[in-house]
Amino acid sequence: MSELVLSKRFGKPDSQLLATYLADGGYEAAKKALAMDPDAVIEEVKKANLRGRGGAGFPAGIKWSFMPKDDGKTHFLCVNADEGEPGTFKDRALMRHDPHQLLEGIIIGCHAIRADYAYIYVRGEMWEEKAILERAIGELREKNYLGQGIFGTQKNLHIAVCTGAGAYVCGEETAMINSIEGKRGEPRLKPPFPAQVGVFGLPTTVNNVETLSNIPHILKNGGDWFAGLGIEKDGGTRLFGVSGCVKKPGLYELPQGTNLKYIIEEVAGGLLDGKTLKAVIPGGSSCPVLKPDEIDRPHSYDSMRDVGSMAGSAGIIVIPEDTCMVAAMTNLAHFYAHESCGQCTPCREGTHWLHLIISRIEAGEGEMEDIDLLLEVCHNMMGTTICPLSDAAAMPMESFVTKFRDEFEEHIRLGRCPKNGQLS
Amino acid sequence: MALEFSAESEARIQRALEEYYDRQAALLPVLYVAQDQFGHVTPEVTELVAKRLQLPRMHVESVASFYTMYYKAPIGRYHVQICRTLSCAMSGAGAVIQHVKKKLAIGPGEVTPDGKFSMEEVECLALCGSAPAMIINKTNYENLTIEKVDQILNACD
Ligand SMILES: Cc1cc2nc3c(=O)[nH]c(=O)nc-3n(C[C@H](O)[C@H](O)[C@H](O)COP(=O)(O)O)c2cc1C
Ligand code: SF4
Ligand code: FES
Repeated sequence: MSELVLSKRFGKPDSQLLATYLADGGYEAAKKALAMDPDAVIEEVKKANLRGRGGAGFPAGIKWSFMPKDDGKTHFLCVNADEGEPGTFKDRALMRHDPHQLLEGIIIGCHAIRADYAYIYVRGEMWEEKAILERAIGELREKNYLGQGIFGTQKNLHIAVCTGAGAYVCGEETAMINSIEGKRGEPRLKPPFPAQVGVFGLPTTVNNVETLSNIPHILKNGGDWFAGLGIEKDGGTRLFGVSGCVKKPGLYELPQGTNLKYIIEEVAGGLLDGKTLKAVIPGGSSCPVLKPDEIDRPHSYDSMRDVGSMAGSAGIIVIPEDTCMVAAMTNLAHFYAHESCGQCTPCREGTHWLHLIISRIEAGEGEMEDIDLLLEVCHNMMGTTICPLSDAAAMPMESFVTKFRDEFEEHIRLGRCPKNGQLS
Repeated sequence: MALEFSAESEARIQRALEEYYDRQAALLPVLYVAQDQFGHVTPEVTELVAKRLQLPRMHVESVASFYTMYYKAPIGRYHVQICRTLSCAMSGAGAVIQHVKKKLAIGPGEVTPDGKFSMEEVECLALCGSAPAMIINKTNYENLTIEKVDQILNACD
């Protein structure tokens, strides 16, 4: 059994409360960090090889070092708790079971990037998690761990919970910034990057909940220790979410770079009885799908990229042999068509056409030309839009068509779905 | 008659104004306050919110229309939102959705004649590890089966 870092306190009685967090040594890392120079904190995080857990895997320490110094402006930390990528359910657990771990990470992060304000942007539907965080923030304010001169230092820090209202695209960092400002959650063109012009026009860092939850442990035990938990250039553990057709779906904390096949077959108990594996989406629905002969490799940013997919949010979706891949793709095409914000023509039109054409094929009304048409639509959606949602829709769709083309052809030949649209 | 915020709503609005950076940043939370009081967000409601926060009416209207959780039409006292996305769909969400539609005799976006229930098919709720999943009002329900859904709906009064 490998070492648990993030989920060690999950399931303990009253794990959400400040009292139990303090009893477990909580906020010692924050005190230590506040006594350090902010740049020394950033150096420790760089040493840890912590890569962003929101999906893109950008090194956290390097992102923090982009924030301006001594510019006399107010700085912000925006915490991305909008978790909406299909297959992903880790940030919810981190907020539900250990809100103070996240809050301590936020305090340390705000010291490092010299921010006086942090906003936690929680997905609208997560009512319970918003309430848990608000209560935890209240506990900290009472103890003067938040407010003016926190922990008896010169540091001022205000943390507030912001709320989403049902838009997947608000997980994209610039859309989230607009939403926090009280605007429509439409992504902004970059540059300027948030570190220069972020929320309220001021320097801002955006980090994922899981990224920040790692920070107290890095400060407590050192960057080298954290780096040693993972693999080269990719430190620490990760919360892998396994869903779909396995015996034990759920959340598992394992070292970065744990073998994907091992996660599915051993950790999650393998496929349900009588089922065999057809496909795996390794990191949330925006990652290209893998075939069974492609999964015997480390689940890490680099290794997943090498096999043509992505580690993404580490939400692993396991698809069995008797699932219709055309139906599965139709399901996801509906998601992206629904979630495109509509600002860019290739994305707005592309997601709409993908859904239309794939639904037609699934209904048995497709033509052979439709398959290449799907690929052409995907091609036109890539690399030309304001935010990556368009690519995030096109890449997995393209992989479904190219890797399971025979199923698409069969639908068209038969004039119906051979599995009657079976997903389960 | 012109709409007015209740004392309770007004207290929540005050708290939001203290919590966020400026008046506009309080808009999303205040729209929820308004929705909690008035049930859904009508043009009269956006007008009231705009006046209270001193924001342009068009801005409030355009923000409210962007986000799906601000309801533009009445919903039931119990708003049943069932996840339709892949992990849930592979774990039996389709059957659950069919069952709820039949049991309540309504489709997505509709309200039962007595105003008790409304239903919607929604996208991934970040509960995929315990699929199929749904939310009724502000409560999550996981690992659903037809029997479990029956029990949950029958217990709504
Ligand atoms: C369409 C879209 C949705 C996203 N959703 C999320 C999300 O729900 N949570 C998240 O942390 N990052 C999400 N991201 C990534 C963020 O833009 C951003 O990269 C991330 O929050 C940075 O944090 P990190 O560096 O700590 O990973 C999304 C990106 C895109 C393009
Ligand atoms: S790519 Fe799609 S979601 Fe992103 S800004 Fe353009 S239209 Fe909106
Ligand atoms: S797919 Fe239903 S909760 Fe994620």
